[in-house]
Amino acid sequence: MASESNSAAGNQLSVSAKKSLFGESLHTELEMKALGARSAFYVGFLVGTCSLYLFLRQVGLSQSFVSRETEVHQKSLLDMIEEENKNWKKDRLALFNLNHPHHTGEDGKLADSLYKRVRILCWVMTGPDNLEKKARHVKATWSRHCNIVVFISSVDNPDFPTVGLNTKEGRDQLYWKTIRAFHYVMEKHGDEADWFLKADDDTYVIIDNLRWLLANHSPDDPVYFGRRFKPYVKQGYMSGGAGYVLSKEALKRFVEGFRTKVCTHTSSVEDLAMGQCMEKVGVVAGDSRDNLQRETFHPFVPESHLTGTFPKTFWYWNYCYYPIVQGPQCCSDLAVSFHYVDASHMYLLEYYTYHLRAFGYKYRYEPPLPNKMKDLDDPDQPEPGDVEQEAEAQDEQSPELDVKL
Amino acid sequence: MMSEGSSFLKGMILGGIFCLVMSFFVTFNSGTQSDAHEHLHHHLKPVSKDELQKLSQDQKADYALMVRVYCLIMVTPKLLVHWAVANDTWSKHCDKPVFYTSESSKALEAIDLQEQDEWARLRKAIKHAYGNAGDLRWFFVARPTTFAIIENLKYLVLDKDPSQPFYIGHTEKSGELEYVEYDSGIVLSYEAMRRLVEIFKDEDKCPERGRALWKMPEEKQLATCLKYSAVFAENGEDAQGKGLFNKKSVSSLISDSMSQNPSDVVEACCSDMAITFAGMSQSQIQVLMYGVYRLRPYGHDFHDSLTFLPPKDSDND
Repeated sequence: MASESNSAAGNQLSVSAKKSLFGESLHTELEMKALGARSAFYVGFLVGTCSLYLFLRQVGLSQSFVSRETEVHQKSLLDMIEEENKNWKKDRLALFNLNHPHHTGEDGKLADSLYKRVRILCWVMTGPDNLEKKARHVKATWSRHCNIVVFISSVDNPDFPTVGLNTKEGRDQLYWKTIRAFHYVMEKHGDEADWFLKADDDTYVIIDNLRWLLANHSPDDPVYFGRRFKPYVKQGYMSGGAGYVLSKEALKRFVEGFRTKVCTHTSSVEDLAMGQCMEKVGVVAGDSRDNLQRETFHPFVPESHLTGTFPKTFWYWNYCYYPIVQGPQCCSDLAVSFHYVDASHMYLLEYYTYHLRAFGYKYRYEPPLPNKMKDLDDPDQPEPGDVEQEAEAQDEQSPELDVKL
Repeated sequence: MMSEGSSFLKGMILGGIFCLVMSFFVTFNSGTQSDAHEHLHHHLKPVSKDELQKLSQDQKADYALMVRVYCLIMVTPKLLVHWAVANDTWSKHCDKPVFYTSESSKALEAIDLQEQDEWARLRKAIKHAYGNAGDLRWFFVARPTTFAIIENLKYLVLDKDPSQPFYIGHTEKSGELEYVEYDSGIVLSYEAMRRLVEIFKDEDKCPERGRALWKMPEEKQLATCLKYSAVFAENGEDAQGKGLFNKKSVSSLISDSMSQNPSDVVEACCSDMAITFAGMSQSQIQVLMYGVYRLRPYGHDFHDSLTFLPPKDSDND
């Protein structure tokens, strides 16, 4: 009987014990569950923060990038169109200059005067494949200083604009293109310019300095200027790449020469053939050097001429009509042209020529006033009084007023 | 399992909201802060042409005297080629060009500071220059890899009083410190030099040998010392706000401009009155000399109020 109650009590005990045990385990289970939930919450919080942060950064970046790009692109297109309409008139596949480019803060009176007196038509030898690569940069830089610009190609392009001259492309077509181009500009624009410049789409020309050079001559003289080479032609001929410029009389004689068959397509070497024709029709090969006998037309980039890296066996040494000078005296301060100039180099030369300068710097070389300007009353000549006062001020800086030419 | 999942989700959502709130708060703060910074950020521009034209001849003569520059060019034998180029080109336009070297070299003349550590060398050079200035009042510190157009430097500081502290160049910000970049050249007035020489004596604020495990570049050490003397960096700009001090080469700047501003490459690229470029090769520098000091379009004149004569014994400018 006792054993029966004992076992019952044992049973009861075990049930309550079981109950409390269950309660405990339930409690710990709940505790653990709560702990798990809490940590899950924290982890979730962290994940949420980080992922949204990254998402926002990504969106922000791409948005600003996209908006900036489209902004820049839109702005540059509008700018280009605006710029072009302001300064150029497109007419008969040529560009007529409306505004002689000016720089903020400069006195361009002398340059403006020359612009009116020495009208230059620039024709640039290019092709359909080079419009975007090369001709575009010529249009954006030096050709803006010509009175008229014509881009000569094999295909008409009214947008650029280019003139198509019924030729094919290629080196063997160069003289054909040249002959046709000169005939074309004579016919369409013969009365609108005094001098006719031929340049390549990798030639950089400083038109203001060309005007200075040409203002010493008359367009009625049969003369042409460029970088003079001596072989093959008695009076020499002008390098094609460095650019050359014909007076109106020279152009008339060239066209007449082809009409009378005195000149024909003798070879595809454009500059040489040109030189041979010029000699036949009595056009003089001029000396384009400045009054210190420094060359103005250059067949290479400035770096090549200034840092003198030509090997002695190079053809150049046997070609130049005048003695070659290497180093800084190779090139006139008033240089007219350089050749083999690629796109970025065009902008570099534009920056160096028309933009970058040293404040107040007194140039060593004082170029003489050209003949055409001498018969005018020049208001730009400094008065004697001013120069003296400047000299006094500079005495402290350097004992002798060294005004070298 | 379910409760954990839902807690995780709840946490994520709360985290996202927290992030959004924080980002708005931060942009708002930095927005107002950047405005405040704009006012503190110093921009230094040259005197206007109109102001210059109002000056009398005597005043112009005074300006010409006051604006003379002492160039400190910090060279090492390793940079011998650049040293030779600087010697042959732009340094001739300084009123007093002095080369300071870490060790002597038979090839070129320089003051041998016998010091390998760059910061210590710069300190010595500054002390020497200050003592040797004579009556020069403006100082230009550069490495030989920098090219400078000294006339344009003079134009920038023309109407600034060198007895005031000036510390000019291309400024950058590193945390709270605004400093002038070394590569594009550092301009200091006489007063700034005097304060520097004073604070060099304070080993706590301006130690000669840095205590940190890593070395702070000299440009930042200089800025720190100057800051303790209440001299603050100013960014040199032209009238249009274009930077005058460049740590890139001209061709590099042109390339950048061609991709960023294809319709207006040259206008957008660089200032007409730029003072420094860096990282240019020897032949590029010869072209730059020709481009700055000789090549020009006939018939365009500027009639600058002051005149600076070309240096003697030189044919590339």
